[in-house]
Amino acid sequence: MTVSDIESDDRLVASSASKAMRGSDPLTGVAGELVAQGVCAWFSGRLVLEDVNLRMERSRVTALIGPSGCGKSTFLRIMNRMHETVNGAQLAGSVELNGEDIYDPSQRATYVRRHIGMVFQRPNPFPAMSIEQNVMAGLRFNKIKSASKSDVIEEALTKAGLWTEVKDRLKDLGGALSGGQQQRLCIARALAIRPSVLLMDEPCSALDPASTLRIEQTISEVSHEVTVVIVTHNMQQANRVSDSCAFFLAEEGQPGRIVEEAPTEKMFSDPDDPRTLDYVNGRFG
Amino acid sequence: MTTLDSVPLETGENPAGDGSGIPPAPPRPRTLSYKPIRPRDFKPSDVGLLLAAAAAAFSIIWIVFDQLTLLSGEFGFVVCWAAVFLLLYWFVNFQLYGRHVAIDRFLGALVTFGALCMMTPLVLLVVYVFVKGWPLLSWNRFVQTQQGVGPLSPASKGGFAHAIVGTLEQVALAAIMGIPIALLTAVFLNEVGGKITGAIRVVVTAMSGTPAILAGVFIYSIWVLTVKEYSGFAASMALAILLLPTVTRGTEEVLRIVHNDLREASAALGAPEWRTVWSVVLPTARSGLVTSILLGIAVSIGETAPLIMTVFGAQVMNANPFRNPQAALPLVVYQEIKLPQASAVALGYTASLVLFILVFTIFVLARILGSNWLQGVARGRSKSDGNDASDIEEDLMSTVLAPAMSMDRGDDRP
Amino acid sequence: MSTISPPQPAPVRHTPLKLTVSRSRADRVYRRVTWVAAVSTFIILVLIGVFLYLRARPAFEHMGYWGFLTTQVWNLSGPHPTFGVGSALVGSIILAVIALIIAVPVSICTALFINEYAPRKLFGFLPLKGLLTSMVDLMAAIPSVIYGLWGFFVLQSSMKGLSRWLSDHMSFVPGFKVQTPVYTSSLLIAGTLVGIMIMPIITALCREVFSLTPNGEREGALSLGASRARVIRDVVFPFSKGGMIGAIMLGLGRALGEAIAVSIIISLTFSAPNHLLQPGGNSIPALIADRFGSGGKLGAAGLLAAGLVLFIMTLMVNLVAANIVARQAKKRA
Repeated sequence: MTVSDIESDDRLVASSASKAMRGSDPLTGVAGELVAQGVCAWFSGRLVLEDVNLRMERSRVTALIGPSGCGKSTFLRIMNRMHETVNGAQLAGSVELNGEDIYDPSQRATYVRRHIGMVFQRPNPFPAMSIEQNVMAGLRFNKIKSASKSDVIEEALTKAGLWTEVKDRLKDLGGALSGGQQQRLCIARALAIRPSVLLMDEPCSALDPASTLRIEQTISEVSHEVTVVIVTHNMQQANRVSDSCAFFLAEEGQPGRIVEEAPTEKMFSDPDDPRTLDYVNGRFG
Repeated sequence: MTTLDSVPLETGENPAGDGSGIPPAPPRPRTLSYKPIRPRDFKPSDVGLLLAAAAAAFSIIWIVFDQLTLLSGEFGFVVCWAAVFLLLYWFVNFQLYGRHVAIDRFLGALVTFGALCMMTPLVLLVVYVFVKGWPLLSWNRFVQTQQGVGPLSPASKGGFAHAIVGTLEQVALAAIMGIPIALLTAVFLNEVGGKITGAIRVVVTAMSGTPAILAGVFIYSIWVLTVKEYSGFAASMALAILLLPTVTRGTEEVLRIVHNDLREASAALGAPEWRTVWSVVLPTARSGLVTSILLGIAVSIGETAPLIMTVFGAQVMNANPFRNPQAALPLVVYQEIKLPQASAVALGYTASLVLFILVFTIFVLARILGSNWLQGVARGRSKSDGNDASDIEEDLMSTVLAPAMSMDRGDDRP
Repeated sequence: MSTISPPQPAPVRHTPLKLTVSRSRADRVYRRVTWVAAVSTFIILVLIGVFLYLRARPAFEHMGYWGFLTTQVWNLSGPHPTFGVGSALVGSIILAVIALIIAVPVSICTALFINEYAPRKLFGFLPLKGLLTSMVDLMAAIPSVIYGLWGFFVLQSSMKGLSRWLSDHMSFVPGFKVQTPVYTSSLLIAGTLVGIMIMPIITALCREVFSLTPNGEREGALSLGASRARVIRDVVFPFSKGGMIGAIMLGLGRALGEAIAVSIIISLTFSAPNHLLQPGGNSIPALIADRFGSGGKLGAAGLLAAGLVLFIMTLMVNLVAANIVARQAKKRA
């Protein structure tokens, strides 16, 4: 099932849908709560995620940990309706933002993504745009009017910890920055439209330690106004940054599932499941 | 924890000991200077070997050539020289290094000769066009037309101002008609997709292999015969058909190179599809697009065959492309050089020189613009695949100029 | 509170959601407009075939399909006009064969040279590889009328000597015998010129295919001690077979369709060419270019019929070429 094979049905859009997801509000960002129930995912008929239930609490940082290949990133992409952009991808279950199902037929995927932002593993600033154009891109795409453009830019870049480094060269091209700076620019870009949730797919895996620390600081600073869900391979990072963790595991020939979900302290000191204990102690990875 | 905001990072060095939490690097030893060695298979002594073999072959042929009356002329001389050189080269390498190296070097020399065989006509042609056309080029060529020039006129009279105007108008109209369709088709093939994508790709491939003269014949049968008039507009329709597949292929290639990460980032911000294409994909590919378009224009400026039966050619100025025959630069060359009069041939030479300079300039422009793009903007294919920017650029030009087959790389994007 | 999932959950049948895509109006317009553009290319191609056929029908009705294909003369005057592309068809094929014989070895050598042998920087500063590639691309962009001009004035006189030598010493080869010692305007010269013109296309495509040879295979051969020529023979060529064939076929298509250069060199004759070195010869595009405008309505129909034959020929060649390359690419992937 590809996006283009699906029928488009515009009549349903007019029907009632949550105001929180209709994009009618300009920039009032309030942290939201994401609840996933019974989420399953397929790629070309192969089941890769089974029956994932997770509550990602408002204004908290939830870390998704686990070895590679067990569906963490897939689950993350289901949260903002990016999963369906891949050929052959299917999903089941429900995902609710503040109680509204984002997969409801009346929902536009673009509206969902405006409120559930994403930062990717490899920094991807738009190379043909300047730094300030990058930050404003989300507002332009969603036709959001802002009272003061420069205020929005400064605020987003400050939250991402990039303002002092680039404030004198806002008109430079986005691709001219270093890797860590580019990723922070992407974070600023995502934060500029004040999403309710920010999904981060291993945002620091391609970066040096200094940039990583800076981004972790950003996460803790913004989490009160944006719920953060972060996929990470780095357990120390999960320990530093998150309030609660979900441990994903895909056993031999099985689809990925959540083995355990707990507050971070418990997850790393005294988890209930032996597999979790093994993983956080580095016995496998 | 100190605020990291004020500390310049990303230099690769550690902000040692400022509380950033990262241990300082150990002190590095003073750098020693190393002289790089470059292991070479083809040492300077081998270069000497090559030159010696060449010189020896030359001398042999020089002495013997007149005795053998089998071949004659410079062409024969060069052929014999090359043959003897290859023989000598193989023999000497065989004696010195053995069979494997001899065969390898021999084949290498053979391949080099092949390349020379290809480059020689090109160089000769360009030199010829300049040598013949330059002396006859004068200012009046650009401002006069053939009006009033008869068979007995001197070689310096007459010009092709009307042809320049004609060509510019025809190509401009062709560009206006063909380029938007080409761009939209490329966007469809690469960004939108659908069940007909494969079929349309085949269609574009088939169109790019269609001979130029058939485009002229087609427009002739569908338009000129119906309207009963030759015109510049008819020519531009034929040229548009010819530049359509070129620009489509090139644009599709350029769009393919734009990394999918950018589309995902745009989608994740909530952008609708058209917005992603308009604000992210196209600007990222901008220079590559310009290159494709310029190459399409360069190719259509030089096409002669479709002009014969659509615009027909003229001796006087006709600035209206919609009525009456017009002249065109390549048509002037075609029609004049076979005539016996010196003035006609002179006109042909000068027109071909101007035509060549025009095509060459656009070509160089396309190449310059293309490389600027690739250095600044393209991601994804650059480092991880071991290709560097110049390789990608070369592929782009080849794909656009040669009616390439679409190598089905299999998208995983809907 | 932590939750533990049961170690081995009972298999549950999950059914995927059927997602409906609702697009904004702008998106639907965008998709529709691009679709229309793409379909219009298809329509243009179909129209070419259709219109050629419609306007050519009088010619086919007059001569019959087989008659049109086999008749050699092109006689439109008189009470019983007879015309056909017989001689032009044979001439086109002969020209294409000569062109390929000349172009294929040289093009492949050049592509190999650029990709395998040329140093990136000659003498430390000259970007040889890039320069050669640019020259090849430039060759492809040079207008065919300029090739025709050069061929007419330069190539022809250079090849006169070769033609004489061939007719003197190799007259046993069919087509090399001459009646009179005139060696200009011949099929050989035209074929050579067309060969030179299609070289850049074949070279550019072969070069691209060679450069796609996976490094892994190359390094595997090198680590076994293979020389450069050996790597080419055993790694590059097998990998690039499909691409090379496709490139050659595209060159063939181009050679079949070349009108201007051929019509500048050749003086058209309408008998089955049995001589390559003498003046005379024919090819379908040259026929169309040359006889355009003469012959009245039937003549025009005849030329369009010739165009239709050419269209079908080049279409088949191009589609087969694309098919071969696509299959090769799929096998590799």
